[in-house]
Amino acid sequence: MLAILSLLIVFAYFLATLKHILFLIYRRHQLLTIALWAGLLGLLLHTLNLIVYTRKMGHLPFANFSESLAFFSWVMVLTYLFVEFRYKIPSLGTFVMPLALLSITYSQLIPGEGTPLSPLVQNVWFLVHIAFAFLGIAAFALTFGLGIMYMIQEGQLKSRRPGGFYYRLPSLEILDSLGYKTLAWGFPLLTMGLLAGSIWAHSAKGSFWGWDPLKSWPLLIGWIIYGILFIGRIRGWWRGRKAARWSVLGFVAVALSYLIHTY
Amino acid sequence: MTVLLVGLSHKTAPVEIREKLAFSERSLKSSFAYLNNYPELKEKVILSTCNRVELYAEAKELEAAVQSIKNFLASYHNISLGEFEKYLYSLYHQEAITHLFRVSSSMDSMIVGEPQILGQVKDAYLLAREANATGIVLNQVFEKAFSVAKLIRTETRICESAVSVSFAAVELAKKIFGELRGKTVLLIGAGEMAELAARHLSNQGVETILVANRTFDRAQELANEMGGKAVRFDGLEKELPHTDIVISSTAAPHYIMGKNLIANILKARKNRPMFFIDIAVPRNIDPAINEIDNVYLYDIDDLHNVVEANLKEREKEALRGEEIIRKETLNLIRWLETLNAVPTIKLLRDKAERIRSQEIEKTLRRLNHLSEKDKEAINVLTMSIINKILHNPIVNIKKEIESPNGFQLLDLTKRLFDLEGNLD
Repeated sequence: MLAILSLLIVFAYFLATLKHILFLIYRRHQLLTIALWAGLLGLLLHTLNLIVYTRKMGHLPFANFSESLAFFSWVMVLTYLFVEFRYKIPSLGTFVMPLALLSITYSQLIPGEGTPLSPLVQNVWFLVHIAFAFLGIAAFALTFGLGIMYMIQEGQLKSRRPGGFYYRLPSLEILDSLGYKTLAWGFPLLTMGLLAGSIWAHSAKGSFWGWDPLKSWPLLIGWIIYGILFIGRIRGWWRGRKAARWSVLGFVAVALSYLIHTY
Repeated sequence: MTVLLVGLSHKTAPVEIREKLAFSERSLKSSFAYLNNYPELKEKVILSTCNRVELYAEAKELEAAVQSIKNFLASYHNISLGEFEKYLYSLYHQEAITHLFRVSSSMDSMIVGEPQILGQVKDAYLLAREANATGIVLNQVFEKAFSVAKLIRTETRICESAVSVSFAAVELAKKIFGELRGKTVLLIGAGEMAELAARHLSNQGVETILVANRTFDRAQELANEMGGKAVRFDGLEKELPHTDIVISSTAAPHYIMGKNLIANILKARKNRPMFFIDIAVPRNIDPAINEIDNVYLYDIDDLHNVVEANLKEREKEALRGEEIIRKETLNLIRWLETLNAVPTIKLLRDKAERIRSQEIEKTLRRLNHLSEKDKEAINVLTMSIINKILHNPIVNIKKEIESPNGFQLLDLTKRLFDLEGNLD
C-alpha cells in the first residue's frame, strides 16, 4: 500500500509541477486551479503516507537519506502552499514545485526503507534538529525561487526589452519583500536547527562539533552566507539583485551541504 | 433568411472616404426612415465610428440586399457609388456574424483591445432598435455579440498592458514598485507627455508630485494645476533622496543628471529603487545610470519599444479570442437555423406521414378480405386527409414567418407537435 501511495504522491506533485509550468506559459486560471489542487492532494496523501510509515517503522522517517529527502519535499510543499494561499503569487509554484518533485522522485529511486534507526538519533534533540533545519531549508527554497524570479524580472526591466516573463512575473517589490520575509523565517529556523544539532551531538558523542569536517563545514558555510545576507538586508545595505543572487548562492550551498551531510 | 453586412473600415478605406460615408448620431436617426425605401432590408443596424461604417441587415434576397445597401449609402450621402465601391466589403451569414463578434470584442480595431468600440456597437444597436429597425434576428445577433465581447474581455488579456507611452510608464513603475501608494514623483520641465504620465501616476496612487522648472513661477503654476508642490531647480539634489520616480523633459542640451550623483543618491536611499523616465530629446539623464543597481532608466525610444511589445502581446491574446468567436458563431448559426420555416414544415409532414403509414399498415393487415383496389383507395383517402389537415398550418407558417414574431409560431408548432430535436 505504501508503494502505491508513494507513486500517487509522485504523480500528484508531477501534475502540480506540469500545470504550474503550463500556467506560466498560457496564463489560464484553470491551469493554476488544477495545479494548486494537485499540490494540495499530493500533500494530503504525503501526510497520510508519513503517518502510516511512522507507525509501521516505529520511528519518524529520518533514518536515511531517502526518507529525509521525501520528508523534505513534504515540508517544502507545505510551506509553498501556505505562502501561496497567504500571499497569492501564482507564478511562484512554477519555480518551487519542481524542487519538491525532484526531491520526492529522487527519494523513491534510491534504496531507503528498512534501515533501522540508529539509537544515536533516537533523541529529542535530534528531532528538534531535523524539524527546524528542514523548515529553515524549505523557507530558503522559497527564497531561492523568489530570488530566481527576481533576477529574471530585473533582467527584463534593465534590458528595456520586455519579453514574456515581464508580463508573467510579479513586481520587483513583491518578489524582493517576500524574499526578505522567507529569509527572515528561514535563518532563525536554520540557526535553531543547527544549535539543536550540536546539543544532540554533544549528548550523543560528547562533542558539540563531533562530525567529520567534510560533513559539517558546508552546512556552516551555507549558514554563514545566509547570515551575511540576513544582516545585510536588515541594515539596508543589500536589496534587490544583490540579495537575490546571494539567496540563490546560499541555497545551492545549503542544498549541497545537506546532500553531503545526510548521505 | 440571411444576416449580411456591407461596410468599410480603416483596413480597407482611407479616411477621406470614411468621413464621407460617416453618419452623425443625428443623421442616424433620420437615416432609418430613409432606409424604409429599401424594403429588401428587413432588419438593419448602422454602425458608424471614425474607423468604420458598416450596415448590418437581415434579408431574404442576398444580392438585392447588398445592392440596396450600396445604393442607400450612395444616395443618402449624395456621392456616386463608383467613388467608394471598391473599398466596400460584403459578408454573409457566418462570416458576417464572425465579423460583428470580432468588431465588438475589439479584435478588428486599429489598437487591438481598445475599450471604446463595444460601447459604440451598443449605441448603434440601441438606436436601431428604438427606430424599430431591428427584429428577432438582429436582436439576437447583437445581444450575442455583446456577451461574446464580455467573455473575451474576461477570458483573454487583449485589453491588458498599456498601448500608450504614458500608460506604459505607469505600468513599468508598477512592475518596479508594486504598489504606487505613498510614492513620490518628481517632474522636471514641462511637456504634454510628461504631465500626462504624472497625472496617470497620481491616479494610480502616487502620493506626492514635485514639480521643478527653470522658471520657478512656471513650476508653481504647474504644481497648482496638478495638486503638487513646486521645488527649486537648483535644489534638485536635495529632493532626489526621497523621490521614487523622476520624469524629465527639459530642453537642456546636456545631461542634467550623471552617474556619480545618482549612485550617491542611491546610497542615501539605502538602495531603495528609483525609476527614471527621460522623455526629453536630447536626453536629460546620462544613460550610464541604468548600470547602477536598483536604478531603472527608460528614454522615449524605450517606452515606444515597450508599447510595441505590449501590442504584440495583445495580438497573441487575440488568437485565443478567435477561438471563442469561432465557437460562439457556430452556436448562433445553429439558433438561426431553427428560425427557418422549411425544416420545421418538413418535420411536421414527416411526422404526419409516419403516423399515417404505421396506422394504415396495422389496419390493412386485419382487413384481408379487401381487394387490392380497395386497399389503395383507403391509402389515398388517408393521405388526402393528412394533406387537408396540414394545408392551413403550413400555408400560415410560411406566411407568418415573414412577420417580426414569426419565429414564435415556429416555436409553438414544434411544441404542439413535439417536433423538437431532429432538424436534420
